[in-house]
Amino acid sequence: MNTEHNASGQQLLRGMRDGLPIALGYFAVAFTLGIAARNAGLGPLHGLVSSLLVNASAGQYAGYAMIAADATLWEMAAMILVANARYFLMSCALSQKFSPETPFYHRLLVGFDVTDELFGLAIAQEGWLPPVYMYGAMMLAMPGWASGTALGIAAGSVLPARLVSALSVAIYGMFIAVIIPPARKDRIVGVFVALSFLFSWLFSVLPLVRDISEGLRTILLTVLLASAAAVLFPVKDEGADA
Amino acid sequence: MRHSIWTYILVMALVSYAIRVTPLTLIRRQITNRFLRSFLYYVPYVTLAVMTFPAIVTAARSPWAGGAALLVGVALAWCGQSLFTVASACCLTVFALELVL
Repeated sequence: MNTEHNASGQQLLRGMRDGLPIALGYFAVAFTLGIAARNAGLGPLHGLVSSLLVNASAGQYAGYAMIAADATLWEMAAMILVANARYFLMSCALSQKFSPETPFYHRLLVGFDVTDELFGLAIAQEGWLPPVYMYGAMMLAMPGWASGTALGIAAGSVLPARLVSALSVAIYGMFIAVIIPPARKDRIVGVFVALSFLFSWLFSVLPLVRDISEGLRTILLTVLLASAAAVLFPVKDEGADA
Repeated sequence: MRHSIWTYILVMALVSYAIRVTPLTLIRRQITNRFLRSFLYYVPYVTLAVMTFPAIVTAARSPWAGGAALLVGVALAWCGQSLFTVASACCLTVFALELVL
């Protein structure tokens, strides 16, 4: 019993440690999101609640734009569906990280905050995902995101632009830290990470495809490249440690 | 105004949660199909890579600083540095370079 408690206490602390840089990055990004929300007519409380409940940068930007445009609720639902569809794929991948012994309600709670960054943390865990680790990260990331939005609405732009610029790459630094070590270990992953960079860049500059929104581009390229990798280089069948 | 802002926020929250929680709750067993298992094994790396580049270059005010942050991040992650170290080094790279550029 005691060792089990200590173990989950350690997982919680580990989650908080890894969640701290995410919370700081979220705060800075949410601050700029708050400025968009303010322009759409939202107050700080609207911003706080919507950030706590929605947890999606692009999704919230799109949603605030729909509010400003006086859209119908169906238009709003369709927009959120498209802007957040990549979380559906991430959630499919995450479903395989839960040990069969993990009680069901953990899926409902961890699922609440599947974001690009927390998904990155979850995937970086070796073996099964300890839900408590995710709660540690969520405990810091969620208030960081929500308070940043509310303060952005209340205060407008007070963070110096130089600081916002530097903080805005933190999220990509984290992604790099998640994908590069496996890319070094598994050559196929390495090749597909490089191909992903290449295609993502091509899709942002080539005519026609560059008009595809970033959210849709992420989904299209993920399905295409991960399918190609799965057909050409299927993983070996051995238990559930993938 | 057609709807209250709170109604809009409620729709945003419900749709977002449904997208995130549906696969997690419906796929409760380990998938045995080899293609699907392989597909889901590659999904995270491809998704995160697609989201990282070229976005990191355009995220900073100076694309040169963003590009340098990418190189610094990849080099440090290649050497096995922690999440926190890599993320902070990327921020510091942009901050330092934008002082000069």
